[in-house]
Amino acid sequence: MSSTTVNLGGEAKSGTRIGMKIGYAVLYIVLIAVAVFQIYPLIWLMFFSLKNNQEVFNLSPFALPSPPHWENYSKVWNAGNIDTYFLNSVWITVAATAGTIVLGSLVTFAITRMKWKLSSLVLGLFMVAMMIPVHSTLIPLFSMFNKVHLIDNPLSLILSYVAFNMPITIMILLGFYYALPKEVEEAAVIDGAGIHTVFFRIVFPMTSSVLATTGIINMIYNWNEFIFVNTFISSDKFKTLTVGVQNFIGQYTTDWGAIGATLMISILPILITFLFLSDRIVEGIAAGSVKG
Amino acid sequence: MDKVLSNKKVIALYVLPSLLLILAIVYIPIVLTGYYGLNEWNGIGAMKWVGLDNYATLIKDEDFWKSAGHSLLLAVFSMVSLIIYLIVAMVLAAKLKGANLFRKIYLIPMLLSSVAIAQLWLKIYHPTNGIMNSLLESLGVANPPAWLAETDLVLFALFIPILWQYAGFYILIYYAALKNIPSSLEEAAKIDGANAFQIAWKIKFPLVMEVVKVTIVLAVVGSLKYFDLIYVMTDGGPNGSSEVMASYMYHKAFKAYDFGYGSAIGFFLLLICLIVTYIIRKATASKDTIQYS
Repeated sequence: MSSTTVNLGGEAKSGTRIGMKIGYAVLYIVLIAVAVFQIYPLIWLMFFSLKNNQEVFNLSPFALPSPPHWENYSKVWNAGNIDTYFLNSVWITVAATAGTIVLGSLVTFAITRMKWKLSSLVLGLFMVAMMIPVHSTLIPLFSMFNKVHLIDNPLSLILSYVAFNMPITIMILLGFYYALPKEVEEAAVIDGAGIHTVFFRIVFPMTSSVLATTGIINMIYNWNEFIFVNTFISSDKFKTLTVGVQNFIGQYTTDWGAIGATLMISILPILITFLFLSDRIVEGIAAGSVKG
Repeated sequence: MDKVLSNKKVIALYVLPSLLLILAIVYIPIVLTGYYGLNEWNGIGAMKWVGLDNYATLIKDEDFWKSAGHSLLLAVFSMVSLIIYLIVAMVLAAKLKGANLFRKIYLIPMLLSSVAIAQLWLKIYHPTNGIMNSLLESLGVANPPAWLAETDLVLFALFIPILWQYAGFYILIYYAALKNIPSSLEEAAKIDGANAFQIAWKIKFPLVMEVVKVTIVLAVVGSLKYFDLIYVMTDGGPNGSSEVMASYMYHKAFKAYDFGYGSAIGFFLLLICLIVTYIIRKATASKDTIQYS
C-alpha cells in the first residue's frame, strides 16, 4: 500500500516516483487478480455451455468452443420444461415484488405520515422479523400451507416472499419517506384531497426512485429463492428456475453442454439487468446490506 | 389535517394486510416451531406430546453437534475472510482509476442463485474435466484431490464458492464505509509523517470498525444458517462430513419425516442465531464511538 503515501506537489525525488509506480502496479495486480477470480468461472461456464461432450471430455477445459454449439440452448429450452420454469420464475417474481413494494409503501406511509399510538410497536415487529432465520419457520409453514391446501400452489411462494422481504423493503423505504418533504401532501390535504388520493396520486409516485431500488433487490431475492420452492412445490408446472434447473440437471449429469446452457438461461436475466442497472443494484445492495 | 391523518379505518386498511401477513408467515411459525419441538410428529398423523424429549435427544445427538461444529467452522472461515475483503476494499479506496468498475465486477456472483453457483462449482471441482484440477496439474501438482469427495477437505472446498459468492458484497460495504472517511484526516496524518500502513491501521481501520461489527454479525449468523449451496453441492456428504445445522434439520424433517425433532432443531437454530447476535454485539460494543469530524 506504499502508493498511498502520495507526494505533496511535485517535489518528490525520482526514486519515490518509481516506487510509487511499482506500488500502483502492485495494487492493480491485486485488483485484477480478484476480478479474474470473480469473473472467470462465469466465462468458463459460457464456454462449456457452447461445447459438445467430445470437446468437454477430450480437450482441455480451458479450450474455446469451436464451433460454438448454440443448439445446446434450443435443446434445453424445449426439453425438460425449462420454458415453463422460466415463465413461472418471471410471473412469481413480478407478483411478489409488486405485492411487497405496494404493501410496504402503505405501511411506511402509515408509520411516517399518520398519527396512531401503536405505530412504533408495529414498526418494531417488522424490524425484528428481519432477524428470524427462514429455516426456523419452514416446518410450520409447510404444515400450515398443507392445512389450507396451498401446498403445490404458487400462492404459498408469493405470500412467503412478500412476508420475508417486507422488513427490508420497509427499512429502505423509511429512510426515503423521512427525508421526503411533507409540504406537497399538506397542501393537498388542505385543498380537500382524501388520504387515498394523497397516497396514491402524490406520495407513491414521488417515491419512484426508491421503489425502483427496492424493486430490483426484491426481484433478485425472489428470482434466486430456492428453499421455499423446493419444500412447497412438487409439480413441474409450478416450479421456478432454481428448483427446475436443479431437477433438470439431476437427469442430465453427463451432458455438460446442456447443463451449461440451462445455467446460462437461469442467470442471463440477472446479468442483463445488471448490465443496464448496475448503479441502482449496487445502491440497493448497499441499502439492503443488513439482510443476511 | 390531523383528522385526515389519524383516521383509524385508513390506518387499519394500510397496515393490517401486511401486519397479518407477517404474523402468519413469520411470527406464528416461530411459535409453532417451539410447540412442534415438544411433540413427536411425522408431519401428517396425530402429534404426541413428549415434553422436552426432543431437546434431550438433541443434546446427546453426536451427528447434530458434528453439524453444529461444521457451521461454526464456516462462521470462523467467514470471519477470517472479512480481513481479506477489508484489505481489497482499502486497495479499491486508494483513489485508483476504475475502482467503480472493479467494485461492480466483484459483485456479479452475489446476484446469482445459490443453485446456479453450486452447479457451476460442481463442474469447477470435477476431478478430471474441471478447471480447478486442470489448473493445479498445469502448476505441477501431481495428484490433485477430488475435493468434494474427501471428508477432510470438503468443508474447505465448499467455502471457496461461498467466498466467491459474498466477496463483492462485503467489499462493497467496506468500500462505501471507507469512502465516508473525510480525506482531511488522511491528509493531516500524511503531513505528520504517517506512512500508508500507519494510515490504514491507525486511522482507517478504527473508523470503519462500526461497519466491521455489523459485517461480523452478518457473516457469522449467515454462516450458522447456511443451507442452499451445501444442500445442492454435497447434500451434507460424503458421510455427513459437510452436514451443517440447517441441512441436518432439513434432512430430519423432510427426508426422515421426523417433524417434531426437526422443529426442535429449527427452534434451537433460531435461539443460537439470536444469542450469537447478542454476544457479538456485546463483545464488540465500544464505550467511546469515534465520530467523523
